[in-house]
Amino acid sequence: MSVITFVENWEGKFKKLTFELVSYTAKVAEMLNTTSIALSIGSVESSELDKLGNYGVKKVIHIDNDNLKILDNQAYTSVIADVATREGATVVILSNNNTGKALAPRLSARLKAGIGSGVSKLPVSIDPFIVYKKVYSGNAFANVSIKSDIRILTLSQNSFDVIETPNEASVETIEVQVENDLVKTNVTDIQKQAGKILLTDAEIVVSGGRGMKSGDNWGPLVEMADLLGAATACSRPVSDEGWRPHEEHTGQTGKIISPNLYFALGISGATQHIAGVSASKYIVAVNTDKDAPVFEAAQYGIVGDAMKVLPKLVEALREIKSK
Amino acid sequence: MKILVCISNVPDTTTKIKFVDDLKKLDETGIQWIINPWDELALTRALELKDEPANGIEKVTVAHVGLVGSEPTIRKALAIGADDAIRINADAADGYFVAFQLAEVLNNDPYDIILCGIESSDFNCSTVGGMLAEFLGIPSVSAVSALNLENGEDVIIREIDGGNETVTVPMPFVAIVQKGITKEPRIPSMRGIMMARSKPINVIEPAAIEAMTEIIGYEMPKPRAACKFVDAENPAELIELLQNEAKLI
Ligand SMILES: Cc1cc2nc3c(=O)[nH]c(=O)nc-3n(C[C@H](O)[C@H](O)[C@H](O)COP(=O)(O)OP(=O)(O)OC[C@H]3O[C@@H](n4cnc5c(N)ncnc54)[C@H](O)[C@@H]3O)c2cc1C
Repeated sequence: MSVITFVENWEGKFKKLTFELVSYTAKVAEMLNTTSIALSIGSVESSELDKLGNYGVKKVIHIDNDNLKILDNQAYTSVIADVATREGATVVILSNNNTGKALAPRLSARLKAGIGSGVSKLPVSIDPFIVYKKVYSGNAFANVSIKSDIRILTLSQNSFDVIETPNEASVETIEVQVENDLVKTNVTDIQKQAGKILLTDAEIVVSGGRGMKSGDNWGPLVEMADLLGAATACSRPVSDEGWRPHEEHTGQTGKIISPNLYFALGISGATQHIAGVSASKYIVAVNTDKDAPVFEAAQYGIVGDAMKVLPKLVEALREIKSK
Repeated sequence: MKILVCISNVPDTTTKIKFVDDLKKLDETGIQWIINPWDELALTRALELKDEPANGIEKVTVAHVGLVGSEPTIRKALAIGADDAIRINADAADGYFVAFQLAEVLNNDPYDIILCGIESSDFNCSTVGGMLAEFLGIPSVSAVSALNLENGEDVIIREIDGGNETVTVPMPFVAIVQKGITKEPRIPSMRGIMMARSKPINVIEPAAIEAMTEIIGYEMPKPRAACKFVDAENPAELIELLQNEAKLI
């Protein structure tokens, strides 16, 4: 028996989300009284693979194969399912990011395994196997019993603490056969968003809504984000208007994020917007309307004009940063 | 070429979610049921592709797993412009159950392009599209924000962490679509609503399988602490609180 997690890499590197996944996997294995494994696919150096052991997994399996250079959902599913089966995995854990959402359902069908998707906590119980998950876009939660012998979980980003555990994992590099004609995806172009903090990775997010009045008013908001090491975001009408790029749209139909701190500036707080940010640990709102629904979701608020408040926030931040 | 769009029937996104039976069942009183927002975008995109004669699309079908009560939602999809519909007559127990039922039908009635939304706004699982592709043994592309046809071949943009990739996969395939796939959902016209009344809904009885998961109870979100207000004349105090009280910056 084992609990296994698939860890993605970004140009050969892991990031915080990887260590959250690995920490979570080690804890689930502990609950089941079994061993934990991390599976890395791609060209990752051994110094990077060694890091995974620091978060509690006992074994790292590494596969580097030319036919796995690009994400082909069928080829990846086949390789992960084979390793999971060989290792007798009863729980398979992936991130709830784009890659995890692409692979987890295929693995579920392949392994006849029920899914608990977008979990943010350890299982409520292991026999029966029950997970706690968000439903109705954060307007409620559910306890879901997974009845199959194998279960697949996808873990929400930034929702489980990284736990460092002094531990050395064995690293095993294995060869796999991936037939050329198994790979059906042909990637013809890649457009990378260079040098920006990814919205889904960010611990602090500064977001603007229609109350910002125009795309030309974003200067101080971006400056504030820079000072905080934060990512920028926006409400849907803002990206629809073309004031900000589509990647920044948060909410039910945009990005769903769970930063530690979310600033909502000139955002009314419609249910569909809050659906994307309600998992934030803290929400701070600035709005001219004291009755705006956003204040019901916020822990700190200023009733005022964002255009006047923002420069003062920037000034105060500069001050503390200079100390 | 034929396109299938899988649709889910969900409460309107502004619904105040409540439960009955000791938090075991959704309180359906007064709920307006709608086509899941992403599925509506997927359907719109399918119809846009069909509008272009060069693409050679004969028909756009919608498929739904649900009981007769969800027919108004199916009729709405037909009013928006789908040519016909398939309804698998079973309660949508979980993603696995739904995908399995769809696969059973599609094995005998293949489509070239199958579109699913990235998630259903009720259970937020993001599972049906990928599972369906795996059951059918065909490619899937997830997080799709653009789907075009060029000389009969698909050109797809998918989002990856930190960027986008342009990809192509052989047909048949499942595209799991998100924001960007089209700008606005299409709204049924008066003529569309009239025509929808006579479009066929093919009702199929489900295959016998069990769901993999079961919701054993719901919980409401914990109420958040009341908002602490800071004077608009003194925003520095907010920064001070974030630094020293919440210890966030
Ligand atoms: C199916 C569906 C899905 C949707 N998905 C999303 C989604 O994913 N994300 C999303 O954001 N929306 C979504 N929406 C839209 C949502 O319902 C709201 O319309 C939207 O969130 C409103 O954006 P806003 O708060 O920026 O603008 P408004 O609602 O126009 O609010 C602007 C706010 O700014 C305040 N304001 C005005 N001037 C100032 C000022 N000078 N300083 C400070 N405050 C000021 C106003 O008091 C107001 O509260 C969806 C809607 C539907 C139907």
